[in-house]
Amino acid sequence: MSGSIEEVKKHVAAYQKVGVTLLVLTGVTVAASYLPTAVPLAIVIALIIATTKGSLVASIFMHLRNERKAIYWALAMTVLFWVFLMFLPLLGQLDHIGVPKTLSNANAPAMHADEEH
Amino acid sequence: MDIPYTVAERPDTGLNNVKLGIWLFLASEVMLFGGLFSSYILLRVGATEWPVGSTLLNVPIGTFNTAVLIISSITMVMAHASLKLDEFGKYKTYMGLTILLALTFLAVKGYEYWEKVSNDHLPAESTYLAIYWTLTGLHGLHIIGGIIVNSYFWGPGSAMWRTKREQFINRVEAAGLYWHFVDLVWIFLFPVLYLL
Amino acid sequence: MENVTTAEQIAHAEHGHEEHTLSFLQSYVFSQDHKVIGIQYAITAMLFLLFGFSLMMVMRWNLAFPGAPIPVIGNFLGQANAPGGIMLPEFYNQLGAMHGTIMVFLGVVPLAVGGFGNFVLPLQIGAPDMAFPKLNMFSYWAFFLGGVVMLASFFAPGGAANSGWTSYAPLSVIATQGQTWWLVGMVFLITSSLLGAINFIVTTIQLRAPGLGFMRLPFFVWAQLVTAFLLLLAFPPLEAAAVLQLMDRLAGTSFFMPAGLVTTAGVPLEYSGGGSPLLWQHLFWFLAHPEVYVLILPAMGIVAEIIANNTRRPLWGYGAMVGSLVFLGFMSFVVWAHHMFMTGMGTTMSAFFQTTTMIISIPSVVILSALFISLYGGSIRYPVSMLFALAFLPMFGIGGLTGLPLGLSAPDLHFHDTYYVIGHFHYVVAPGTILALFAGIYHWYPKATGRVMNELLGRIHFWGSFIAMNVVFMPMFIIGLAGVNRRLYDGGMQYAHAQDVIGWNVVSSYGAWTLGFFQIFFIFNFFWSIRHGKQVDDNPWKATTLEWQAPSPPPHGNFTTPPEARRGPYEYSVPGASTDFTMQGQASGPDPEPAKV
Repeated sequence: MSGSIEEVKKHVAAYQKVGVTLLVLTGVTVAASYLPTAVPLAIVIALIIATTKGSLVASIFMHLRNERKAIYWALAMTVLFWVFLMFLPLLGQLDHIGVPKTLSNANAPAMHADEEH
Repeated sequence: MDIPYTVAERPDTGLNNVKLGIWLFLASEVMLFGGLFSSYILLRVGATEWPVGSTLLNVPIGTFNTAVLIISSITMVMAHASLKLDEFGKYKTYMGLTILLALTFLAVKGYEYWEKVSNDHLPAESTYLAIYWTLTGLHGLHIIGGIIVNSYFWGPGSAMWRTKREQFINRVEAAGLYWHFVDLVWIFLFPVLYLL
Repeated sequence: MENVTTAEQIAHAEHGHEEHTLSFLQSYVFSQDHKVIGIQYAITAMLFLLFGFSLMMVMRWNLAFPGAPIPVIGNFLGQANAPGGIMLPEFYNQLGAMHGTIMVFLGVVPLAVGGFGNFVLPLQIGAPDMAFPKLNMFSYWAFFLGGVVMLASFFAPGGAANSGWTSYAPLSVIATQGQTWWLVGMVFLITSSLLGAINFIVTTIQLRAPGLGFMRLPFFVWAQLVTAFLLLLAFPPLEAAAVLQLMDRLAGTSFFMPAGLVTTAGVPLEYSGGGSPLLWQHLFWFLAHPEVYVLILPAMGIVAEIIANNTRRPLWGYGAMVGSLVFLGFMSFVVWAHHMFMTGMGTTMSAFFQTTTMIISIPSVVILSALFISLYGGSIRYPVSMLFALAFLPMFGIGGLTGLPLGLSAPDLHFHDTYYVIGHFHYVVAPGTILALFAGIYHWYPKATGRVMNELLGRIHFWGSFIAMNVVFMPMFIIGLAGVNRRLYDGGMQYAHAQDVIGWNVVSSYGAWTLGFFQIFFIFNFFWSIRHGKQVDDNPWKATTLEWQAPSPPPHGNFTTPPEARRGPYEYSVPGASTDFTMQGQASGPDPEPAKV
């Protein structure tokens, strides 16, 4: 991120390449959505493409590729807590109320029934 | 009284105040949209049925808008680079283009909204539409905020180019970081809402 | 154009013509000076604390004497709220929800972070101001607006928000209009906190005086830094939740509303359904658990400063304390669901969250132990601030230890939503944090005004408050252990299991009113001492940290000569030194020791 003219010019070339890549990837993700894939696979494909695009924007346009340590630290922390935040849906799924559950000993003979005989 | 490191980088952190400030702001934005995405996943996973976005939304229009926003991100980064290359005229052009593209995005979005309203697809209809309206609405507010900031730096704010050049470049960079973030959010919103 | 000018420009504009006087509005109302903003925050927050406490004093009447007309005040509450002076349950719910909201979001946090953080932090790190003075001003005014909206909600049709400070869905979604005001107010408050947090972090990282490495920062600064990170990263999910709830209320969406759950006269309400009430709880507690640490960490910071100063020894285990603080901050993000054991989220999750909850108690205990050990062997002075700081230690201890059974899912089955919970968190926040905040006010008052507060009035205030607070909250454990629910407007008089313990409500209420009485000494002292307090020099407590190197009150720009940190923050009783304290910026004196790590 130094200010020398040559470097900025190099950056400009990179910006344009990345821009074209982003547009192409947008086309790819739309095209992929028309493929007759199962929903889970479609989600994976779309998210992979979106993450690739997002990383390109973050690393090239936002210069994260070459940034100071303090900012990496702040963002690493954010990502960590963001991951915690993504636990939310998981917690929603682990709600067992209303889900019938068979106990592991359900079919075992009752002890006191034996004793009575 | 001078606040230190407003323009110059502090030697041990290598940062100026603006740069650190805008990144912290973006970090909080990550958590804001993170909370909303997380809610989306929770509601979708728990739903008995969920419409595929393309049955309700117009994918070509959405694709067009995605392209508009990506191009505006390119012009934004070019505007910043032009300043670094000392080409103020080019900066004006690129920044102007960024603003115009952002307005285009809003206009297209407005058309989509109008179409939804006239077909009675309001947020109250289903959780999918509720998510759609909320997420795109909040994103739209961010776009409007970006347009205001960028217009200021394109118009009256650019007078600083003559007086405090270094600081002006820093500010445009910060505005750019925000703008790319708004673009980045849309890059995720588009497939999530339109395609899946 | 003015609106977007940055600190730099202002600084430039003011630089070189210091004698240029600012108008009254610029210097006291729309000030960008961190000290004025800090004092604005502090005074506004104290007014809100008083107001929130007054709500509780009214509520305590109904808990102690259910159904009896409230004397005097009852006539002013309005016929719709308290016909004949007898409080209606709906009104009680409003007061309860607003008491919690006001105390947490408009009282304690703005005082601890906005007030003390703004005033003390830049001085302690030797900075001329906050990194973004204009943003700082906006933070204050966003907070102020949020407060106004909250207060105005009392006049909304149907009164203020009445779904508790947690605003649990679905109750809050179908509540009266006051809830919408509450949400709008929260959006303002959250915005204010976010801007403030960015400012604090940038200031701490960027504007430290030369030589002030991270391990030379006073503990208070560390506490504020960690707090700012919690605010920055935990508040946005609540903002998201507030937006979603606003949509539910205004646009008829169903984010938190399952289909057919709520009915009027047997007919389900018009909600498309598919929403999850649990989602609100998750998003809310994702913020609100870190928020608990936002309430307590600045208090710990204040107490640490005062204890080091008055024991005349360095803090014991500074490095371990800082480590614990950072660890606390991290862990506070993974304990939120211990508020939700009773929602049926499953034993796996309960096990996970009770484990993390037990882990998070370790760093708190480390900090508390380090503060206790710091007392050992010191020749302790007892100014009023030290009395309050010392009282904080056992009070926070009680609050923390009574929290352990709540963090375990099995005993929580019994304790959940009882008065035991109220007792627990009030011990942390009221006799804990609020006593620490009082300590801070007595401690830094001379820095803000150049005068000390009256010692005798301070002592009366301390002993009265300290005893009364325990009278208020100790009975709550008894009532709670008997299983009395926390939200009953009549204190539980219809319940058989409550009959043996509700007499304690009367004791608790008298405690609350006594507590109110003793605050008169503080309020009088606070204003009286501005003009009549004993004048003191710049460093009346013979303290070491940088803020005591600035003149009292500090001028615009804070320091007459830019300070430089030459040693650690707590160089008390250094062997061979001529005085029993060596200031951080002091050039002469013994060879500077390396910073305590």
